[in-house]
Amino acid sequence: MKKVRPFSPNTADAPWLKSCLIAFAVLVVLVIVVLPFASVIVQAFSEGPSIYLTLLRSSDMQVAVLLSLKLAAIAVPLNAIFGILLVWGMTHTQLPCRRFIMALLDLPFSVSPVVVGLLFIMLLGKNAPLGGWLEEHGVQVIFAFPGLLLATIFVTLPFVARELLPLMEGQYRQEEEAARLLGAGWWRIFLKITLPEIKWGLLFSIILSLARALGEYGAVAVVSGNIRGKTNTLPLHIEALFNDYELTAANAAATLLALLGVITLTVRIVAELKKKRDSNEH
Amino acid sequence: MSSPDNSLTPHLTLGIGLTYVCLIVLVPMAALAIRMATVPFHDIVESLNSVRVISAFKLSFGLSLLAALANTLLGLPLAWVLARYTFPGRKVIDALIDMPFSLPTAVAGIALCGLYGPEGWLGTAFERIGVQIAYTPAGIFVAMLFVGLPFVVRTVQPIITNMDFSLEETGACLGASRWYVFRRVILPTLRPALLTGFSMAFARGVGEYGSVVFIAGNIPEVSEIVPLLIVSRLESYDFTGAGALSLVMLLASFVMLLLINMLQRRMAQ
Amino acid sequence: MRKVAPESENSWKKTDYGPNKGVLAVDKEKVRISPKHNLLSTDFNMRIFPLFLLLCVAVFAGDLLNVSYDPTRELYKEFNQAFEAHWAAIGNGKIHVDQSHGGSGKQARAVIDGLAADVVTLALGRDVDAIAQYAKLIPPDWEGRLPNHNSPYTSTIVFLVRQGNPKGIKDWDDLLKPNVKVITPNPKTSGGACWNYLAAYEWGRRHGGETAAVEFLRQLFKHVPVLDSGARGATLTFTKRNIGDVLLAWENEAFLSLKENPKRGFEIVYPSLSILAEPSVSIVDKNVDKKGTRKAAEEYLNFLYSQTGQTIAAKNFYRPSRPELVPAEYLEKFKQMEMIDIRTFGGWEKAYKDHFAEGALYDQISKK
Repeated sequence: MKKVRPFSPNTADAPWLKSCLIAFAVLVVLVIVVLPFASVIVQAFSEGPSIYLTLLRSSDMQVAVLLSLKLAAIAVPLNAIFGILLVWGMTHTQLPCRRFIMALLDLPFSVSPVVVGLLFIMLLGKNAPLGGWLEEHGVQVIFAFPGLLLATIFVTLPFVARELLPLMEGQYRQEEEAARLLGAGWWRIFLKITLPEIKWGLLFSIILSLARALGEYGAVAVVSGNIRGKTNTLPLHIEALFNDYELTAANAAATLLALLGVITLTVRIVAELKKKRDSNEH
Repeated sequence: MSSPDNSLTPHLTLGIGLTYVCLIVLVPMAALAIRMATVPFHDIVESLNSVRVISAFKLSFGLSLLAALANTLLGLPLAWVLARYTFPGRKVIDALIDMPFSLPTAVAGIALCGLYGPEGWLGTAFERIGVQIAYTPAGIFVAMLFVGLPFVVRTVQPIITNMDFSLEETGACLGASRWYVFRRVILPTLRPALLTGFSMAFARGVGEYGSVVFIAGNIPEVSEIVPLLIVSRLESYDFTGAGALSLVMLLASFVMLLLINMLQRRMAQ
Repeated sequence: MRKVAPESENSWKKTDYGPNKGVLAVDKEKVRISPKHNLLSTDFNMRIFPLFLLLCVAVFAGDLLNVSYDPTRELYKEFNQAFEAHWAAIGNGKIHVDQSHGGSGKQARAVIDGLAADVVTLALGRDVDAIAQYAKLIPPDWEGRLPNHNSPYTSTIVFLVRQGNPKGIKDWDDLLKPNVKVITPNPKTSGGACWNYLAAYEWGRRHGGETAAVEFLRQLFKHVPVLDSGARGATLTFTKRNIGDVLLAWENEAFLSLKENPKRGFEIVYPSLSILAEPSVSIVDKNVDKKGTRKAAEEYLNFLYSQTGQTIAAKNFYRPSRPELVPAEYLEKFKQMEMIDIRTFGGWEKAYKDHFAEGALYDQISKK
């Protein structure tokens, strides 16, 4: 006779399947992600840890690190502020061309970084009308900080807005309406109702865009001009070190960037734990 | 849906946000369009119609399609494991998924080169079975696999986490096997996310430059990708050619986004 | 960050609003325009974020910018220090030279699009021509403003092979032996690769005429498994990644590989015929006039022809154009052999049109 199990619906996977899947996942991550990293780390330490001291003492390296940090420190908050404004506006008005805006926001994800660099050269390069005009007035955009900044902004543009859009969509409208009836201003509503709701999403997206801003290579390479100690960002400096036969130093610098990745990931894990605690308290 | 607010503030913020996005995204594209509009159409077609260009497009699109497919197949179980199971080290694996994202692509290229090159750990292993990865199209595939993986996992994982258990339970109560429930209940729910992840991995693969140029052989008609062709044309003063290729890449991105959007809408219905 | 001179650290706040009390020459340029125009970038940034000014100092504080090609990294590292000392010694005060390196074509392109180079020291006359032609930053008759066709140092193309020369490569025709893999950068983006290509073409032409030359090149490029975009990339592919049996390289790059890889062991093979590779240098007239750096830029290039400059070039494995100034010990390593030069091909303009332009010979032979 067939055994009936009416009250224990089988929504859990069989233990063997579970083990297999876990093993598979670990293997995939190991081969695709961990091994390349491990090779970088092994190379970096092939001459002992003193390479880090030498590296950090080099002025070109310091400039590169500072430049990358500055780019991220300006681009990411700008994108966050304008992203919040945009999404707030989109979710509080009825706009006919929403799909178009969404496609626009997705574009920086899907455009090749090389094309991004090319676009800015065509707009602001010396031989473009606008670029030529700026040049005449003594403003250098391409091959200088503003160009690097524009490229960084472009590639990190969608992160915050795309993450917040689903979070802010249609949520907490009743609370907002109530608050408005009670006479609360937009700013107050944003601070008291919207922000608490989106803060974790906002934090994650900021962390992701930070990582992307610091690591961007393709777009920045096209508009940088590669002046060492001036317009070389950290990724570009790593490439320069590699080309200078400083293989160990290049790998060591790369581990610094990877370390940054680890830091952002740690922040993320901590934030996730906190978020869980937050929602448990409610 | 609630009624629109008749206040000025949201319109204002929308306006500001939209202006910003347009300034950053649309204006440069318009610049490209305007510059290319001054070039006779014939010249544009001419610069695209060569075996070298066509094989570069085939290579870029074909390989990133393959890589995105592979990433979807690998990413789904990965996302499932991370979302559903608890096991020691889960958080670490979860965190590692984002690593390809934070490593500069050039460094990724150098790292992959070291790994799959003739003296690398995996390179020697593959060499023994007579397969060369670095400096062949297979190397390009490996690089695309590396940069695309987080996209699939990160779009699918939250959907699995937030999935409604009751449907699964109902299915199971009605006597459906786990496999049947997966195929009929879980997979359809995940399909839009899978599609998004696939398309993002695909788009990233098509445009990827930094990691690919290091590991690809860059031989015309064999292992030369479109972004490299753009760079090499730009560097040999062939402005029209570089612009034409960029235009095609941009259009391709646009069309793809549109298609995905439409597919998703149809699935949602 | 690079250390800024102490006075300038104190004065940058003043310079913020008072033009011409500049920090360094280039900063003045930036600051002077600020009070009136350019709301969007300079002025806005300075007032709203003082950080931006610091940044501008960091980004623009160079006095001279030398935009160069790939293998000259080590040469100019040494030469720039010597020049900075020399400039101070002849009573002109402090100067700092910034460097940018990359494939020669890419670098010329960057200057055309506005990279503010004071001097360019590129791999080919063609790339300087391009700056003159497309951006008109340099007069068209630049070649000849300095001795020796504007080449303070020259080099040639040699073969770098693995220790013991296991594949027995002696001359150009050996490159077509079965199972020989040849490494060269991409002639579309690398100056060195153009010299490689032209030397190979001439060898082919002398051994059977034009058709044979084309066929020789077609076969040669079938033996190339990787085309890097710059000479240094190709060298690293050969020496570090261990790909290929022979590297077609600048002589200086080949010598440097011997020096950098003492353990691996490489050997230089001189083919029966090679080409006199003449890297071209020039000041970028429009840029130096705008920045007011003409005097320093001219002195910089002249110093390349001085005894110090020539010796540094020879030490870094470049053939000095005035060997009589250089101690004999640095010259011994340069082997004499038969060399053609770019005039054989009718000058760069013609050579470029015939071989490297879109759809020209290189494009044809690289088709399957």
